[in-house]
Amino acid sequence: MSRAALLVLADGRFPAGGHAHSGGAEEAVKAGRVTGAASLEDFCRGRLNTSGLVAASLAAAAALGVDPAALDAAADARTPSPALRVAARRLGRQLMRAARATWPHPELDALARRFPKGAHQPVVLGLAARAAGLGPQDAAYCSAYEGISGPASATVRLLSLDPFDATGVLARLAPDVDRVALRAAEAAGRAVTEGVDALPAASAPLLELGAEAHAGWPVRLFAS
Amino acid sequence: MRADTAPRGRTGTVGGAGLRATARVEARADGRGGTALPVLDGEGPLALRRTRTRSGGPAARVTLVGAMSGPLGGDHLTVEATAHEGARLHIDSAAATLALPGQGGEAARYDVRISVAEGAELRWLPEQLISVRDSDLRLSTRVELAAGARLVLREEQVLGRAGEAPGRLSSRLTVCRAGSPLLDQELAFGPGAPGGWDGPAVLAGHRAVGQLVVVRPEYERSGPVAAPLGKWAVLTPLAGPAVLVTAVAPDALRVRRTLDAALRDLA
Amino acid sequence: MHLDHSHDHGPAAVSADARRPDGSRRALRIGLGGPVGTGKTATVAALCRALRDELSLAVVTNDIYTREDAEFLLREAVLPPERITAVETGACPHTAIRDDISANLEAVEDLEDEVGPLDLILVESGGDNLTATFSKGLVDAQIFVIDVAGGDDIPRKGGPGVTTADLLVVNKTDLAPYVGSDLATMAADAKAQRAELPVVFQSLRSEEGVGPVAAWVREQYAAWTASA
Repeated sequence: MSRAALLVLADGRFPAGGHAHSGGAEEAVKAGRVTGAASLEDFCRGRLNTSGLVAASLAAAAALGVDPAALDAAADARTPSPALRVAARRLGRQLMRAARATWPHPELDALARRFPKGAHQPVVLGLAARAAGLGPQDAAYCSAYEGISGPASATVRLLSLDPFDATGVLARLAPDVDRVALRAAEAAGRAVTEGVDALPAASAPLLELGAEAHAGWPVRLFAS
Repeated sequence: MRADTAPRGRTGTVGGAGLRATARVEARADGRGGTALPVLDGEGPLALRRTRTRSGGPAARVTLVGAMSGPLGGDHLTVEATAHEGARLHIDSAAATLALPGQGGEAARYDVRISVAEGAELRWLPEQLISVRDSDLRLSTRVELAAGARLVLREEQVLGRAGEAPGRLSSRLTVCRAGSPLLDQELAFGPGAPGGWDGPAVLAGHRAVGQLVVVRPEYERSGPVAAPLGKWAVLTPLAGPAVLVTAVAPDALRVRRTLDAALRDLA
Repeated sequence: MHLDHSHDHGPAAVSADARRPDGSRRALRIGLGGPVGTGKTATVAALCRALRDELSLAVVTNDIYTREDAEFLLREAVLPPERITAVETGACPHTAIRDDISANLEAVEDLEDEVGPLDLILVESGGDNLTATFSKGLVDAQIFVIDVAGGDDIPRKGGPGVTTADLLVVNKTDLAPYVGSDLATMAADAKAQRAELPVVFQSLRSEEGVGPVAAWVREQYAAWTASA
């Protein structure tokens, strides 16, 4: 399979529902913790090294063929916020639809049957990468990158941030994305023999707090 | 530095650069409605005392008495607590734990291993863990619960003594129930921790963090719903019969107040 | 918790297949789009009142602010609440109805699973610009709603919504004298842009109300049941 499949999967226009989610940025903007490019960068770096690392590891493990149901349970345990679990499953279901249409594969069909209302998005992402003939590190890169590109593009809309500044933030985070993707792929390799406990569990208290606060707003632009 | 903080009581096994010590406590139902402690073994800096329960009920209370400050860099401390079937074990500590720097700059390890059997209850309510400047501590807490076990567990991390920069601290908390993961989360703060730990997604300048985990089989039928507890704390039902309360605050006192209030509300 | 869901049929369809996974015919899906404030939600409400006794109906809204339009429909009680679903669009309804329709497809499938069988699902877009159209993967036919108050030059300006929608509705004709819009010019311009595609001039305050649009929807439904 072609490595260029990674570009298709990682494309922000891949129709898998990500555009309606801010990755916590909407709450952080409203609370005044993200006010411009510098604080956006700090936000994205923190997210990348916590929930981003966890997601990338789950995706890499799924791409390696680790049991997706065990990975889904591991994702639940690493996501205390019910609002974030709901968002992850909704996005997983949307990604599943796009992935099955794009790279039909019996393992995707099996996961869709096992979780008709959606498995955690990183698990589906890893399996989609596998269906596309990509490897664990590809899956980790894709997951890690979308974990910061989502908040960045949401912040462009929320703060009318200069899009060149937002893109600059993503470029400056590239070395961090490299490190996270590498760590994630290594952890996924250990998970093959040691089980899902070997996957990172890094968490960000304010993302958990913020997600629940955001879910309670009567009026909001983004789904999460 | 080590000489100042390491009193003569450092009697654990000294291996490598630091000290290794393990404390064990096991609780059994005594058959008369109470709880016996067939194992209560401290070691080195980890001293255990059976103390009176506040309520005088069927639980056995054990207090971890800090015989010294520590752990120091290079130390490896372990606490193992087991509540056998039907036992009720409450564990607390007499004082906060200070993570201190060692001579060689190595990290210290502190492992807590908790096991709770069917029909048993364990409450793990120690005082705060304070990450002192230049220290490096890896705390790992692993809880194995039977399907019908009950748990109340509190952990609080404080980044530096008053006005002090923190050391490096990572704290992983894993709770498994009937062999499946229920909660798995790791916090990593301080110099050398992965970037963004003090930023708007993670701590945003707060210097104290706390978690309260409550596992009750009856939550399988109906449990608390997710609710923000003020601006800086949240109660979240986990994907299982359990809730997690997460709190951040500028200082340890405010985190404790929030967790205490949440525990009262859950009781 | 996900183990509770029945597995008696295969995974959900991945596209706009006319058949549901169990082989039954799915509901006809009609999209309503158009600029902000032209009366899309009022038209949806009127259609629900006109058709709910003859067809099994549901509505999906795509709001800019989460649930605004859904809340309006709930307040108006045009359908039971379980038949109204709000899709969150991240401030971009046109993305959710055209470029990335995955959330809307979940919404229509969930409605069919939970309150079905359904005959008709109305998918309403949040107010957007003149270029916003529905993906053919999401709807079977689309209605573009403009109004006389937005300026009588809108049909002349064209754009994908005005030019290609299966039905163009020029709403609020009762306001034309007050805003200086010339309905004859609008009709002529629309004809020039749309050739044989139909145009309805509508005032929900008139006696006729939503009648002509409802009649068009009935025709679409008849054609759908005949073909699928």
